[in-house]
Amino acid sequence: MATFNLKINGETKEIDVDPSTPMLWVLRDHIKLVGTKYGCGIAQCGACTIHLGDNAVRSCQLPVSAVGEQEITTIEGLSENGDHPVQKAWLEIDVPQCGYCQAGQIMTASALLKRNPHPSDTEIETAMNGNICRCGTYTRIKTAVKTAAES
Amino acid sequence: MNTVKTKIDRRTFIKNTSLAGGGLVLGFSWLNSCKPKEAEKLSAMEMPEEWFQMNGYIKIGENGLVTIMSPNPEGGQNIKTSMPMIVADELDVNWKNVVVEQAPLNTDLYTRQFIGGSNAIRFGWSGLRMAGATARQMLKEAAAMAWGVPVAEITTSGGIITHQTSNKSASYGEMASAASQITVPEEVPLKEIKDFNIIGTSRKNVDGTKIVTGKPLFGIDTYQDGMLTAMIIHPPAFGLKFKSMDDAEAKSMPGIMNIFPIKVLKDDYVRQHFDTCTFLEVVAIVGKTTWEVMQAKKTLQVAWEPFETYTEERVPYGRSQYTMTIPAGLENSEVHTAKMADMATKKATEVRRDGNPETAFKKAAKVVERTYTAPFLVHNCMEPMNFFANVKENSAQLIGPLQKAELTEHAVAAQLGIPESNIDIQLTRLGGGYGRRSYAHWVMEAALISQKMKAPVKLVYSREDDMTGGIYRSTYHVSYKAALDADNNLTAVHVNAGGIPESPLYANRFPAGAVDNYLAESWSIDSNITIGSFRAPRSNFMASAEQSFLDEVAEAAGKDPIDFRLELLKKAKENPVGERNDYDAERYAGVLQLVKEKSNWGNGDTSLNRGISAYFCHNSYAAQVVDMRWENDKPIIDKVTCAIDCGIVINPDAATNLCEGGIVDGIGNALYGELTFINGVPQKRNFDKYRMIRMSESPREIEIHFVESDVNPTGLGEPTFPPIFAAVANALYKATGKRHYDQPFVF
Repeated sequence: MATFNLKINGETKEIDVDPSTPMLWVLRDHIKLVGTKYGCGIAQCGACTIHLGDNAVRSCQLPVSAVGEQEITTIEGLSENGDHPVQKAWLEIDVPQCGYCQAGQIMTASALLKRNPHPSDTEIETAMNGNICRCGTYTRIKTAVKTAAES
Repeated sequence: MNTVKTKIDRRTFIKNTSLAGGGLVLGFSWLNSCKPKEAEKLSAMEMPEEWFQMNGYIKIGENGLVTIMSPNPEGGQNIKTSMPMIVADELDVNWKNVVVEQAPLNTDLYTRQFIGGSNAIRFGWSGLRMAGATARQMLKEAAAMAWGVPVAEITTSGGIITHQTSNKSASYGEMASAASQITVPEEVPLKEIKDFNIIGTSRKNVDGTKIVTGKPLFGIDTYQDGMLTAMIIHPPAFGLKFKSMDDAEAKSMPGIMNIFPIKVLKDDYVRQHFDTCTFLEVVAIVGKTTWEVMQAKKTLQVAWEPFETYTEERVPYGRSQYTMTIPAGLENSEVHTAKMADMATKKATEVRRDGNPETAFKKAAKVVERTYTAPFLVHNCMEPMNFFANVKENSAQLIGPLQKAELTEHAVAAQLGIPESNIDIQLTRLGGGYGRRSYAHWVMEAALISQKMKAPVKLVYSREDDMTGGIYRSTYHVSYKAALDADNNLTAVHVNAGGIPESPLYANRFPAGAVDNYLAESWSIDSNITIGSFRAPRSNFMASAEQSFLDEVAEAAGKDPIDFRLELLKKAKENPVGERNDYDAERYAGVLQLVKEKSNWGNGDTSLNRGISAYFCHNSYAAQVVDMRWENDKPIIDKVTCAIDCGIVINPDAATNLCEGGIVDGIGNALYGELTFINGVPQKRNFDKYRMIRMSESPREIEIHFVESDVNPTGLGEPTFPPIFAAVANALYKATGKRHYDQPFVF
C-alpha cells in the first residue's frame, strides 16, 4: 500500500492503495466515480477512457503509481453541468442505446476535438476505432462528433 | 371512440389507498430513484410536496408533475422512454412535465416485466394505454364531482381538465388528490390513433443526461456501505468440473476475505427454461476491492476433472417437462463441423411436407443446392455479467441488470431457501442484453456468495469469465435445395437444418407457403457447450441462409432478386400452400416494395454492388439493401437502406436508432463473429482475439424507413438483425463474384 495524491476533476484526492492498481479501479472502487467503465481490462474496448492531461488514455492500463502530478479528467469532470459540446452533441443526436460504452466514447471524442477541432471522417474513424459499441451506434457517434466539431 | 374493459388486467390498477393521502410512495432504491435535483433538471417543474398514486404506473404531484413508472428493464431498446410515452399519451399530459422512474420487480403491480423476443412494447401496449386512460378518466370524474357537472362534458388537454359550458378548468395536480380516491372505472375510453400526440413523435432518451455525464445507472455501478467484491473462477473448458483447490497463497493476499466453491443450483432443483447453468460448481473469491480480488484470482490453483454424462430435468417456457442430456467430453470445433456435415446427409425429423417434393425434384429442369454454416457466437455485452446481493436470514435484496427478473426471483428463492415474497429485485439499466441476461446463473452465484459471507456482495465477471462462460448462440448447418421448372418457376424447396446443440429451423416461414412442394427437416446434436437466446434466436441464422439461397435461386432463374421474392409472396397471398404459414405475405411484400423504392433499386447504376434481403421474425417485417464497395481487399459499406413494418412506431428517432444498431451488429457478426473450441477450451477470451465491428467497418450511412401503419406495435430489438447477414453476403457476391456460405466471412 502507498499513499497517492491525485488531481481528479480539479480536486485533490488522497488514496491509500496498492501502487499497481489501475486508475480504473481507483476511480470506481475507491473514489466512487463510476462513470468510467470496465469493459475488457486489456485496453481493447475503450469503455474506461479518461483524460490524462489532454490525452485520452485507457484507465485499465494506467497504474495509479504512474499518474504523478498529471491532471485526470473523468466523464464526471468533463464539464460542470453536462454541457461540454461533445455531451450536448450526444444528447442532440440521441446517440446512446444501452449507454454503457458512451462515457468512453465521449472521452475519446472530446480529446480528439481538443487536438484536432475539425477532423475529417477518416480522422474521426481512426480516433474512435478503439472504442467498441456493442449496440452499434457508430453512425450516430460519428454524426455527434461532427456536430460537436461544428459547434 | 375505443373503449376497453380495465378488468382484463385489473391487478395492475389496484390502488394502494394508504398512499392516497400523499407523501412519497414506494421505497425505490438509491440507484433508480429520481432525486429532487435531477427531477428539476429533467422536467419543467419543481418536485411536488405530495404525490398521489393513481395506479401502479402513475403518480401525480399536487403541482401537476407526473411520475411514470417504466415497468420493463432498459437494455438499449429505449423502452424506458417509449413505454412511459404510451402511458403519457393516454393520460393526456405534456411530456415535459413527466419524469420517468424504473419500476422494481413487482408482480402484484406489473405483468411481464421481461425483455426478450422483441415483446416489451408488443405486450405492454394495451396495459400501458389502459394505465394512462384509467388515470385520465379518474381525474375527469374527480373534476365532474367537484364541479357538479356530467363527466361526459369534461375534456382534457396537456394535463388540464376543462368543463367548457361552465368555464371551469383545473390542472391534473389540483384534482390528483380527489382522483386518487375514486374507484377504478370498469371501462375507459382510449384515444383514437389520429389523436395521439406523444406516440409517433420523437422524444429524447430519458436517461440521456445521466448517460453522458457518467451517473450511476448500471448494475455494475452499485456500491453500498460494507459491500464486498466477488469474482468467480469457472472451469477453463466445457466438459470439466471442479475437483479441488489450493487457496493458501491466494487467501493470504491483501484484501481477500474468503475463497470457497459454490454449487450454483441445488441437485433437486427443476430447471425452468432460463435456468441454463453452464458450470454447476464454481469457485468464489471474495475481497474488499476488485483489483485485489483479480490479483488473488491469478494465484489461485484450482484442479478440474472431466464430468460424466448427466441429465437435467427442464421445464421449457410454455411446454412440458423434458430431460436434457449433457454429454461428457472435451469438444472440438473441427469435430463439430464434420459431425454436422455428416448429419445433414441423413434422413432427419420431418417437420413439414407440402405436395410431393421428391417428384418435383425429379421433374426439375434445374436444381440449385447449397449449404450454409455459422459458428458459435458470444453475446459480449459491454457490461460484463454482474449482480449485487444482500442476503439476510430470511430475506434478500438483489440489484442489477436482468432481462427476466420474475423467473429469476423464483430460481433464487429456491437456491437460497427464502420465500419469493421476501426477495426484492431492483432493476438497473442493462449494459447490453441481447438475450444473455435472461440466463441468470450469476444472480444465483451472487446471492449464494452473499448468503455465505453474511454481507452485501457485488459479483463481477471479468471479460474473460464472461466470454468463456457459455450461453452462446449455437453453431448451425443448413442445406437448401430448390427445383426450377423449364419456365424458371420455383416448384420445390427442401430445407435440412440442424445444429449443435439446437436446430435453427422455422419450418413455417417463407418460402413455405409460396412453394407447392416443400419439405423441412430438422436435427440436432447434443453438446456440453451451453447456449441461450441470442438476438433473434435461430432467425439470425435461418435468415442469413435462406435469403442468400433465394438470391442464388433468383439468379439461376434469371430473375431480379426482389421481383423473384415478390412473385413468391404474391402466390403466398393469393394461393397459399398449407395453413400454418406464420407470416403475412402482404406485409412481407410491403417492406420489399418500400425498400425497392427507397433504395432506388434497379436504377441502372452498375457501379453499385447491391445485396437485398428480407425477413419476418418477432412479428415484424424488415427488408434491407446493402450498397458495397470493394477496396484494398476489404468491403466498404457505403449505405444500408432498410424498410421495416413493426406496426405503430412509438418513438421514431429512437426506433430508428435501434434498427441502425441491429444492422451494425448484424454486419459485425456476419463478417467477424466466431467462437471455436479445442478440447473444450474456448479459443477467444477477450476483445484482442474476438473481433467486434468498429466504427471504420460500419456503414457510412443507414437509412431506416417505417411502413406507415395502424396495426398494434410489434418488436424492433431483433427484426433488423437477421436479414442483414444475407444482404451483406449478397452484396459481397456482387462486389467480388464469390458467394459466401460459411460465417464469419472475415476480411
